[in-house]
This record gives sequence, structure tokens and C-alpha cells, in this order.
Amino acid sequence: MALPSAKPQVFAPWNDPEAKPLIRIEGVSKSFGDFHAVNKVDLDIYPGEFFSLLGASGCGKTTLLRMLAGFETPTEGRISIDGVDMTSIPPYERPINMMFQSYALFPHMTVAQNVAFGLKQDRVPKRLIGNKVREVLDLVQMSRFAERKPQQLSGGQRQRVALARCLAKEPKVLLLDEPLAALDKKLREQTQLELVNIQDRVGITFVMVTHDQEEAMTMSARIGVMNAGSIEQIGTPVEIYEYPTTTFVADFIGTANMFDGVVSLEEQNRTVVDCSELETQLTVGHASGVAVGAPVTVMVRPEKMTVQREKPDPRINCVHGVVSDIAYLGDISIYHVRLESGRKVQVALTNLRHTSEQRLTWDDEVYLTWHPANSLVLVQ
Amino acid sequence: MTATTPSSTAPHPRPGPALRAALLRRWGRALVGMPPYAWLLLFFLIPFLIVLKISFSEPQAAIPPYVPLFSWAGDQILQIRLNLGNYGYLFSDELYVAAYLNSLKIAGISTVFCLLIGYPMAYAIARAPKTVRNPLLMLVVLPFWTSFLIRVYAWMGILKNEGLLNSFLLWTGIIHAPLQMLETDFAVYVGIVYSYLPFMILPLYATLEKMDLSLLEAAADLGCRPFRAFLNVTLPLSIPGMVAGSMLVFIPAVGEFVIPDLLGGPDTLMIGKVLWSEFFDNRDWPAASAVAVAMLVLLVAPIMVFQHYQNKTSEAGR
Repeated sequence: MALPSAKPQVFAPWNDPEAKPLIRIEGVSKSFGDFHAVNKVDLDIYPGEFFSLLGASGCGKTTLLRMLAGFETPTEGRISIDGVDMTSIPPYERPINMMFQSYALFPHMTVAQNVAFGLKQDRVPKRLIGNKVREVLDLVQMSRFAERKPQQLSGGQRQRVALARCLAKEPKVLLLDEPLAALDKKLREQTQLELVNIQDRVGITFVMVTHDQEEAMTMSARIGVMNAGSIEQIGTPVEIYEYPTTTFVADFIGTANMFDGVVSLEEQNRTVVDCSELETQLTVGHASGVAVGAPVTVMVRPEKMTVQREKPDPRINCVHGVVSDIAYLGDISIYHVRLESGRKVQVALTNLRHTSEQRLTWDDEVYLTWHPANSLVLVQ
Repeated sequence: MTATTPSSTAPHPRPGPALRAALLRRWGRALVGMPPYAWLLLFFLIPFLIVLKISFSEPQAAIPPYVPLFSWAGDQILQIRLNLGNYGYLFSDELYVAAYLNSLKIAGISTVFCLLIGYPMAYAIARAPKTVRNPLLMLVVLPFWTSFLIRVYAWMGILKNEGLLNSFLLWTGIIHAPLQMLETDFAVYVGIVYSYLPFMILPLYATLEKMDLSLLEAAADLGCRPFRAFLNVTLPLSIPGMVAGSMLVFIPAVGEFVIPDLLGGPDTLMIGKVLWSEFFDNRDWPAASAVAVAMLVLLVAPIMVFQHYQNKTSEAGR
């Protein structure tokens, strides 16, 4: 018997030039007076995708979401869904549903009535409404609470009802505005995976807005990192974390140690950067694409560094310093190392052993090294 | 039995500072609560009991114009003469029943009109830009700065045969002879709706203003056109405001005296007017008192309904 030769297909329609996007955002801007909330955003989102807009508060991500829902009209640009221009289509005619941050459940209706609301607007026959309501309440495990009023539910339960209410209409796109922000940490982590599973089962395209990078990384197929109204980078969680293209993204996602310098040598798969601050040269394992002499930033993630007390022999990418602060987080510890220049660098080490022997402590002299392939040149 | 703990054998301790503070707190709290109760007792309950007492006596031509309820009949005998006739009279004379029913009718219809006019106004104010909301509310309350009586007299000036409204209608040529508006039920409705409209608008505004507007966005998002969203979401959520406003208009309107007396005709029958004429024209204090007590009982019922409704909604809101 022949084994299936093809590997399971990876979901990545954005790499496929043939794939047709479901949502197409072209040059969309939104201004409130002098304030540019969203600035010339171009974005394609593909059918079945779980896309997250990630950014700090005030970066325009919610405004972009509200333009998709139809609550705000773009000052400039065009949004189309499934090839249909949405500019003049009011919210109640769009094939989109939105889950509000406050959930916006109707307080005077029971859970079942809330879920049935959207179907009633479409004049779906009563019998079908009943079936659909039961089906989606089962999906979010809220059948037992069908006759309760929203006030009688906990935050997590309301969140499920809000989700069910959106899913009942089987929209082409489901928008989620900070869906988990109101839940406590444990429940949030559990709900993250549940939401992804539900999305997988119903196959609806999800667009989520969040300020929580962990949430975005856990749940999304792709993330768009937003800053001051523009999208800085679009990519999978791995791309965004390992290969940020701008210093903003590098800094916003996780922790980044960044050293400014000037390119002194440029080869096909190697860049050497003169770093005046460290008084040494840093080698990075890829080409920077800029000319010698151009100012760049070298980025190294804390967990990509190794720490040792002894001076390493081949001194590539090696800096020397003293442990100044230790943050013990249980699974890992973050060491803040003060370099000779006074600059602080963060290093993360996994706590593999119970014992505290060998563990670094305050004022230990250490050498930090990293492999050139584990660092990145960011062009300013 | 011997004492097991030293404290139980020790002399009773004098109240310590903690105990004194606790006592003070307890009595202090009661003292703060006293004035409103004292006020209600002095100016509501006691007068009511006096009126109740008078309603059970018989009229007589004297000062005061009624027979005392309690009297000493000879040695050590306290005589109480309860005259239930006044209440029987209320039911036997058609005038009273008709006046009651007519008062309820006029108050009820006025309330409906206040609601129909007040709701759009309250809605418009609640949805107006934040900066103009307060000025608009101010305009609603502004008439209170003029005496109520003066405003009713002003309506007389507007509605009378040679008044503003008739002159205007004659001038436009819509009518050729002045309309009899003053001294009709129409004038009474106009007066009551005009006077009590702010009491409808204010509670409605309060309910509409605090409504979460994301609910309307959610409704639109789920496929609901704006008008249907209003019917399905805004209207049901503003019921508490409509109930509160209707009570505030209906209850005082039932007992209204000034407006029907000044704007209504001789055949505008309202219980407030009957009470007035019973008291001042007939000088029949016991009958007037019986009318007053009956009116109070009649009005307490809707208030109880209102209270019950409010408790229910506040429980559901928890």
C-alpha cells in the first residue's frame, strides 16, 4: 500500500497568487477632523482565515474593524467583500456580524431570544429559527441557559452568548472586538483555543482586534501589526516574532534587544555591523540589503542568547556585563545584564532544574553570545 | 457551678470607648433618619388623620362646621359618633362617581398625549450632541420659572373667543366665526398636557440617555433596520421611563383643580372641582373630607402598581 505522498496541505492562501481574497481593503483612510485614525491601509483577508489586528490602544484597529462592519464610513479608499463594494451598503445589509467588546446583549431578551434576533430580522421561518438557536447554543455549550436573561450570566457565559448570536446568522465574516478582554486570565486562555476550534468547525472567516499579543499569536493564522493608523507588518505569528521588518514590530511583539550600528561589511548571507555603543562588531546571518555605511539596528531576542561565566573562545557576537536584576517567572527567568557601556540587555533562561546551583545571581560577571543566524538586521 | 472564665466573675465593665462609639453610631444614624419621618408625620399623616376624622362626622352650622367625633356624654362615658353616611353619599349621588370617572378619563387621555408628545422630544434630546443636551433640557424646565397660575391664565388669553388663537385663525381665513375653545374639555386637555409635559420628558430622557448605544449597533449588525431597531430595542428598554413619566402625569392630573376650574366649562366635571365646591360653596366639610379620602385611596392603587413594577425591574437588573 502506498503511503500518501503529499504532506497535509498547510493553510496559507496568502502565498497562493491564484487565491481570491474574501475581504479586500484598498487604500482605506479614516479621519476624525485633523486626526487620522486609519491611514491608507491595504489588506487582503482570505476565506476561512483567522486574522488579527494587533496594536496598542488608539492605533486605529477598532476604527478599521468598525469600517468593515459599516458603523464608520472610510474617508478614502474602498472595502469590498466577496467582490462586492461595501461603500454604500449599510450595516444591516452586510454579510458580516460583529461581536462587541461589551457583548451588547439585549438586556430585555432571554439568551434564546438574543440568539434568534438576527434570524428574525431575516424572516426565517419559526421552526428553523428554533433549530438554529439550539444548534449554536449547543456549539458554545450554553443550551442550559437558553431561558436566562443576560444579567443572570457570568462574563464568560455572556461572551459565549454573544458569539452564538453572531454565528446564528452564518455570516461570511465574523468581526471580534477584543472578545476576551473582559475575562480573567485562566478563562481567557481556555476560551482562546475554544474560539479557534469553533472557527475551525464553522469555517467562517474571523477578523479579531486585540491589544494582547499572546492572544493574537495563539489564535491567528496571520496578524497585522498596527501603529498610528498604518499596518506595519502582516505575517504569520512566527514571521512576526522571528522576522520583524521594523523596529516597532520587533519591540511591540515580545522583548527585543536592539543595538544601533553601521553596516561595515555586506555579503550574500552575512552582514557585519559596527556597533559603536558596544565597541565591537556584530555578525548577522543574512544580507541586509543596504549599502555599507548605512545605519541599521541589530535585534536579538532574549531567549536566543546564551550566558556563560567563562570567556568564550571564538568571540563572535559576544558582549560582557554584570547581572543587575533577575525576574524569576517560574518556568523561565529573565536576567537583566548591564553591559560595560551602561546599556541593559535582557536574557531569558529556562529553569530546567529544581536546584539553584549553577544559577546566576546578582553581580555575577557574564558573557552573552548568540549565533549570527539568531539575530536580525533591521533597516531604519 | 463555678465561673470558668475570669471575665464572668469580674464586675460588669463600664461602657468602653468602643461601645460608646457604637452606641453613638447607632443613635446617630437614627437621628439623621428622623427629620424626614417627623416631617411626614407632622405634615402628612396627622393632617390626613384629621381629614379622615372629619369625614366620619356630621356637618353643622357652627365653627368648626362639623359635629365632633368624640364627646363626653355624662359621667365617664366617651361617646364616639361615627357617621358613615358621607361615604354612602359618595356612591348614592351620581355626581361623585361621574366626577371620579371623568377625572380618570381626562387624566388618562392627557397622559397618553403627554407620552406621544414627550417621547419624541425626550428621544431627540437624548440623541442630540452632548453640548446641546443641557440647554435643551433647560428649555424643557424653563416654564417652571414662571408661576403655574400665570401660565394657565396665559392659556386663557390664547384660547378665549377674542384670544390669540382665534384671531390668528380668523386672520388666515380658515374659520369665519371664533371657535369656542375656552370653557371646554379641549382647553382642559391642552392645559394639563402643557403643564405636565416636563414631568413626562424628564424621566423618559433619563432612561433614553443612559441606554447603551452599542445595543443599536448590535441590532443593525444583526440585520435590523433603524426603525425596527427602535421598536425592538429602544422602545422596550424605555418602558421604565414611560411608566415613571405616566405616573408623574396621571396621578396629579386626576386631582387637578386649577386647570379645569380656569380653562374648563361649568360642565367639566372633575373630582378636584367637586371637592372645592363641597368645601367652600356648600361648607360641607365632612362630605369634602370623604371625597378627599376616597380620592387618595383611588390614587394609592396606581402608585402601588408603579412601586411593584419598579421593584420588579430593579430585581431583574441585578
